[in-house]
Amino acid sequence: MFDRAEMGVLAAIDAGATYADARAVVAKEESIEVQNQHLETLDVSERIGVGVRALIGSSWGFASTGDLSNVGLRSCGELAAAIAKASAAVAGPLLEFADVPVVEAFWETPHIENPFDVPTTEKVDMLVDLTATMQRVEGINLAYGMVAGWDTRKWFVSSIGHRIEQHIVEAGGFYTATAIGEHETQIRSYPQSFGQYETGGYETIRKWNYSDHAERIAEEAVALLTAPEMEERQTNLILESSQVALQIHESVGHAIELDRILGWEAAFAGTSHLELDKLGTHRYGSELMNITADATIPGALGTFGYDDEGSPASCVDIVKNGIWVGVLSGRDSAAVAGLRPGGMVRGDGYNRIPMVRMTNVGLLPGDGTLDDIISDTDDGVYMGTNRSWSIDDRRLNFQFGCEIGYEIKNGKLGRMLKNPTYTGITPQFWGSLDRLAGESEWTHWGVPNCGKGQPVQVAHTGHSASPARFAGVRVGVKG
Amino acid sequence: MSRSTDLVSRILDIVGTKADAGVYVRTGTSALTRFANSFIHQNVSDDVVHVHLTVALDGRVASGSTTSTTDDALNSLVDRLVTVAAMQPVDSEFPGFGGSVEAQEIDHFDEETSRADPNARAEIVKTFVGAGDGLLAAGMCGVDSYTDAYGNTAERFIDGRMTRVVLDGIHQTETSAGSGHSAGQSLGSIDATGAGRLASHRAILGINAFDTKPGEYEVVLAPEAMATIAQFLTGYGFSGKSYNEGMSFVTLNEQRFDPTVHLKDDVSDPRGLGIPFDAEGTPRKTIAVIDGGATPSLLHDRRTATKAGNVSTGHASVTGEAWDNRPSGRNLFFGEGTWSEEDLIAHVERGIYVSTFNYCRVLDPKTVVVTGLTRNGTFMIENGAITGAVTNLRFTQSFIDALGPGRVKGIGANGRFAAGEDESGTVHTPTFHLASWNFTGGAAG
Repeated sequence: MFDRAEMGVLAAIDAGATYADARAVVAKEESIEVQNQHLETLDVSERIGVGVRALIGSSWGFASTGDLSNVGLRSCGELAAAIAKASAAVAGPLLEFADVPVVEAFWETPHIENPFDVPTTEKVDMLVDLTATMQRVEGINLAYGMVAGWDTRKWFVSSIGHRIEQHIVEAGGFYTATAIGEHETQIRSYPQSFGQYETGGYETIRKWNYSDHAERIAEEAVALLTAPEMEERQTNLILESSQVALQIHESVGHAIELDRILGWEAAFAGTSHLELDKLGTHRYGSELMNITADATIPGALGTFGYDDEGSPASCVDIVKNGIWVGVLSGRDSAAVAGLRPGGMVRGDGYNRIPMVRMTNVGLLPGDGTLDDIISDTDDGVYMGTNRSWSIDDRRLNFQFGCEIGYEIKNGKLGRMLKNPTYTGITPQFWGSLDRLAGESEWTHWGVPNCGKGQPVQVAHTGHSASPARFAGVRVGVKG
Repeated sequence: MSRSTDLVSRILDIVGTKADAGVYVRTGTSALTRFANSFIHQNVSDDVVHVHLTVALDGRVASGSTTSTTDDALNSLVDRLVTVAAMQPVDSEFPGFGGSVEAQEIDHFDEETSRADPNARAEIVKTFVGAGDGLLAAGMCGVDSYTDAYGNTAERFIDGRMTRVVLDGIHQTETSAGSGHSAGQSLGSIDATGAGRLASHRAILGINAFDTKPGEYEVVLAPEAMATIAQFLTGYGFSGKSYNEGMSFVTLNEQRFDPTVHLKDDVSDPRGLGIPFDAEGTPRKTIAVIDGGATPSLLHDRRTATKAGNVSTGHASVTGEAWDNRPSGRNLFFGEGTWSEEDLIAHVERGIYVSTFNYCRVLDPKTVVVTGLTRNGTFMIENGAITGAVTNLRFTQSFIDALGPGRVKGIGANGRFAAGEDESGTVHTPTFHLASWNFTGGAAG
């Protein structure tokens, strides 16, 4: 497929582009959904095509096609150049492009069982059994399970000589139990809401031992219907690690995207509360807060070999001992900001323009365990598994809801609490981080549905986290 | 024969007698120009081909899609799905494929717009930016042109086409932002100057915003905010899937909303922006999901309709669209009142004007309690006039209760397509004056 991508690049250059690159992509996806022992969806999809990006002056053009004939690809490359020329009608300042090494390379996700090689019957049977187990718990109305797998092959070519082939394999899934009351619903999920996804083969699903948790989460969902509401107050908040992961995603990951900081997403995704002149001095959180963007973590969902501009995967410090020190960037945004490009630009399939995306933005572990943290807490609440998330366009004011909560009294978990929520302001919240569990409970959570851009693109991102405690947080927000 | 109808025929030929099958094909162009800091920074065009095939073998069902139209790719798709379906359990709720239907004479399509080049989008952007008189502009102009076709082995065959142009943008000062929007079937229907002026007016009005105390306020909700309400109510409440699962708030014909509220899904409206049939090839019926404050009917696809003992209303979702896992409304029209927006504001003693909601998420689907924020223009109304800007606010509010009996104080006559949380151009709505909205805090803490 290198020749298909090259055809697009050559056409763009012939049409006047000063730089062009192209990705030929063959992306397969399988999705299986079962509800109440009934197979609802078995969908196998394939997206095949080439996307060409052309630069003329300070303006970009991007065109994509599924027509891989010579005529189709030349037309696509020429259209990318024509779009770049049209962009000049409302042109910006001269665009610089940070240098990256020109490489020819091949990279593949280490995996054992390609998810497409596992029989669909095995997957369907597993989900039917899980939903049956959950339905046996009295009070469960909806038992749902899904698994998904992706197999993506990409061939990247640039007009300065890149030739990179990648084979990325991902898999994951989850299941939920829903109990419906007269005026409310309660839900519990495993391993986390909306699913746990990783790079790797079907072994990434097997290792979560799905069948061991179905009965428990179903019982919890039913119990939540009659549990007391969480009281509104300020207290110590202990978060289970998948909720810490989402907290990182929303209040750190998006805020450190350089395109947002530069205003390129102002009208849609939003901007950032971070200002570039405070890079290196701004206090993001407490001394315990150490965040990296590491696209090299084996098995994490945001791991790859090269980004969609041909830059190698990297590990970058983002927050060090509570101080903001790094951003997520690409070749153009880094050049504008006078920084080194981070290799964090990816596009969703062949037909979306690559843009700055999170890789694995994670919180480095502390020490001890969740049990240690609970034991050391006289008064507080514990919350687990995300249920809702909302944050403002500068990634400053957030409100999150979780599926389940517990009160903590004198170092012990107490009553189960329903509809747990908490709210805060990003730097104050992270500044209140005072306990962080260690490596034994550090998990590489994956978010498969990070939306950004127009047309909207969905990215797969990773967030390593362990359970953490935050002091003086406003919880039980009812409105 | 269009490219889409040709593909449908080719795929059904390949399926032959191997299985029962239904195929939906979309072809066309989706182009979008984004601008920020007052210049175009992303500009894209996608030659869209999307093939979605469902096969059934004695009630064993599998579906799949491809973007490739080579013989190899289409043969591979068919063979793969037939093989996979054969191994699955029988889908006892599979309603089968619908038989032949009569197409509606609806054509939301503009030839000139279908041929628009990137220069046409650039011109619209240039006009929007220029209307800001030097303020910093950001946003997008998207032009979609699609021909869709559906066919199946039960003799159903239908095709249609659409064009849609959407302009969403903001103007910004150093401390504020305001939004403006325009959407329609054609390039000529876009009022880039008006949208740009509204955005800059709101941005300038937003300078020196002050914090206001959280609490219950009367609100005047501009079309963008109302579009989000329509989308959430429809997705969580009016979808036949939600209703069948017991997750919907709807009790049919119960008065849950103010009698002045009317909301229908109506692709036949001449202003409409959609394809006149759904992903199963069923012509879209006009469905009133709120009629005088009550819900007389729901949105169904063939599966949810069968389960509910009903017939499909033509609201099966196309894969990849918002709410694509359930029947949804894509041509929603709120009934309009008789008031201008200025009149609505004039009747508020003390309240908040909201231009747009941002990042809304449901806390409980059954009550449609939602948390979110205001954005791009939030203003204090006192004694019937806007007296200044307030900083963005967070709210936690049931969207059902907000429109409940006695809580709608006025409805504007200024309906237009608005950009809601999920997608631009699917909701046509005026401004509403509501008696109460629960703001829980300021965005800055």
